[in-house]
Amino acid sequence: MIEATKSENGSQLLLRTLKKQGVEMIFGYPGGAVLPLYDALYDGGIPHILARHEQGALHAAEGYAKVTGKPGVVIVTSGPGATNAITGIADAMSDSLPLVVFTGQVATPGIGKDAFQEADVMGLTMPITKNNYQVRDSKDLPRMINEAFQIATTGRKGPVVIDLPKDISLVKISEKYQETVDLPSYQPTVEPNTLQIQKMMTALAAAKKPVILAGAGVIHGEASTELLVFAEKYNVPIVNTLLGLGTISSVHELFLGMGGMHGSYTANMALTECDLLLNIGSRFDDRLASAPKDFAPNATIVHIDIDPAEIGKVIETAIPIVADAKAALKKALNTPITPPDTQEWRQQNKARKAQYPFSYDRENTDEIKPQKVIEIIGKLTNGEAIIVTDVGQHQMWTAQFYPFRYAHQLVTSGGLGTMGYGIPAGIGAKLGAPEKEVVVIVGDGGFQMTNQELAILNEYGVDLKIIILNNQSLGMVRQWQEKFHNERRSESVFRTQPDFVKMAEAYQIKGSRLANPATLEQELTTIFAEKGPALIEVLVSTTEHVLPMIAPGSPNDQMIGVVNR
Amino acid sequence: MKRIITACVNNYSGVLNRVTGVLNRRQFNIESISVGPTEATSISRITIVLNVASLFEAEQVTKQLNKQIDVIKVSDITDEPHVERELALIKLNTPAATRAELLSVMEPFRANIIDVGAKTVVVQVTGTSEKIDAFVDVVRAYGIKQMARTGVTGFLRSSK
Repeated sequence: MIEATKSENGSQLLLRTLKKQGVEMIFGYPGGAVLPLYDALYDGGIPHILARHEQGALHAAEGYAKVTGKPGVVIVTSGPGATNAITGIADAMSDSLPLVVFTGQVATPGIGKDAFQEADVMGLTMPITKNNYQVRDSKDLPRMINEAFQIATTGRKGPVVIDLPKDISLVKISEKYQETVDLPSYQPTVEPNTLQIQKMMTALAAAKKPVILAGAGVIHGEASTELLVFAEKYNVPIVNTLLGLGTISSVHELFLGMGGMHGSYTANMALTECDLLLNIGSRFDDRLASAPKDFAPNATIVHIDIDPAEIGKVIETAIPIVADAKAALKKALNTPITPPDTQEWRQQNKARKAQYPFSYDRENTDEIKPQKVIEIIGKLTNGEAIIVTDVGQHQMWTAQFYPFRYAHQLVTSGGLGTMGYGIPAGIGAKLGAPEKEVVVIVGDGGFQMTNQELAILNEYGVDLKIIILNNQSLGMVRQWQEKFHNERRSESVFRTQPDFVKMAEAYQIKGSRLANPATLEQELTTIFAEKGPALIEVLVSTTEHVLPMIAPGSPNDQMIGVVNR
Repeated sequence: MKRIITACVNNYSGVLNRVTGVLNRRQFNIESISVGPTEATSISRITIVLNVASLFEAEQVTKQLNKQIDVIKVSDITDEPHVERELALIKLNTPAATRAELLSVMEPFRANIIDVGAKTVVVQVTGTSEKIDAFVDVVRAYGIKQMARTGVTGFLRSSK
């Protein structure tokens, strides 16, 4: 127990606890219920990034968390501040990103009585948080904050909300308080069961066609080095999920590409034909395994996951291993076996990779192909930039054509598929990794959902290159309507668009519009060579589809639009 | 398939909400749920009776519940040696002439009359849900004016 200083109020105690936690920056937006908190912030200590909408603050915190692996910290006000934050909290829950979100709340006597700007934040955020707290006594604050950080950043990471009534943040702390975390009911399993690892290694030794499916768990567990050592030692090819991209360099010969709906033909065929599937940190999402009954039909399934509830949720698992990816791989590397002979299997995959690469109509010079834009960006950034996307066609083209090299490199909304994620997440990513080049790739639809955050770029000196792949439509919606709804393009084509270049100018950012396929590469090279934030609108084909694709509900080997080179 | 699942949870407000929220989201039908204090003041016991399609589903429920931070331990006790009890209060239409007969019906169920009115009596019966179902079937003929059931509570038997 710690003696109160008597002079400190709840807000000051909160900030002091955040400093102790090593919080580098706070993303947020003030309002009535958090006035005391912002008053305490006024005295400095932790830099604050003022978003222009609470959703922006949340996505920025997610971008920061994604590239740094550290928790993103957010403050929003009660009622509408909190409800605006909901999308970002749900997004972080889907993609297991560590966030600690403080929502202001009306003063304790008003709670539950429909006070001004009151919303039931506990009820609203319960299903979309790893845990949530409402502070009912200011002396609980330090313990709750420390618990929130521990919960958010350990086990399967995720968002934690702390709902803070205004009176609690104002009252002077007079009682002794507890700082230490006391969570007997929360003890995530990190170390794998030795017997299960032995079973896995025995299965691997006997396998002829093994495949590793590496998901975001490898990134969250900082296990990409161990993954590479393991894969190279035992000659096992790797398929990535969308959020697993970067766990292995895309130019590595064991890399088969992304699996799933818009994944590579090679990856999907490998998932179908393998006799042993080592899933490390992927949750068999429906974009990866849209037909669970037909998924990897010949394979013994091994599933390594830090969240026991994920094992067996979608796909029946022969060898379940509850563990952190890094701990599991380390133990596996210490369990020697004779490496399986995968020569033939690797040759087969290599041949397929050469024969069925991601492709598009490269001969067409009448219009700019969006895939071409991604390829140029890949070249200009040497595959080393942090890439942030929004959601839709451009996201899938980025996943297909950008040459990812390292973990934490791709910042994208995978699980929730949140349009509007790109711009603010890009800002958070750059603030989290200022030494890196950060490129944001968005569509014209998603861009218009959170473009107000452009205001932040100059204010905080955020050097982002933002590419709008403008196809004048909600491309993925349009693609599905064209493929599955008799080309009835219901509300998916924009009849009017703002002048994006003028918008850039309004925010005092360099703006350019590129429309000429012949000069595209030269123009992009010039823009990328300049320092400072830039908004680049590229007018791309308005009819292009993301291919190949697995129709929803179909097994992974039934891809449409596969082009044989 | 009926499963009895018990969960020891931190005695904080909102925990019951979390538990039912998880069950609702995964589309599990709660047949009954009962909550009460345990030997430790900081811990409550929730007993849930669920109808699930398979053992696999029951396992999913326990995993999903265990994942909640304030849930300390979840057990599916259906197939383990356990004790379970439910209590029912039943208000029956009982003109004076029928009361002697009712007493003889109640006897094998070890039910008690706990309130007597001019036209009705209130009967209390405890036991497994099946026993209460059987009792309700037997007394239905009298005319049930009101009924309240607590849902099942229980835990594992003492080890022998």
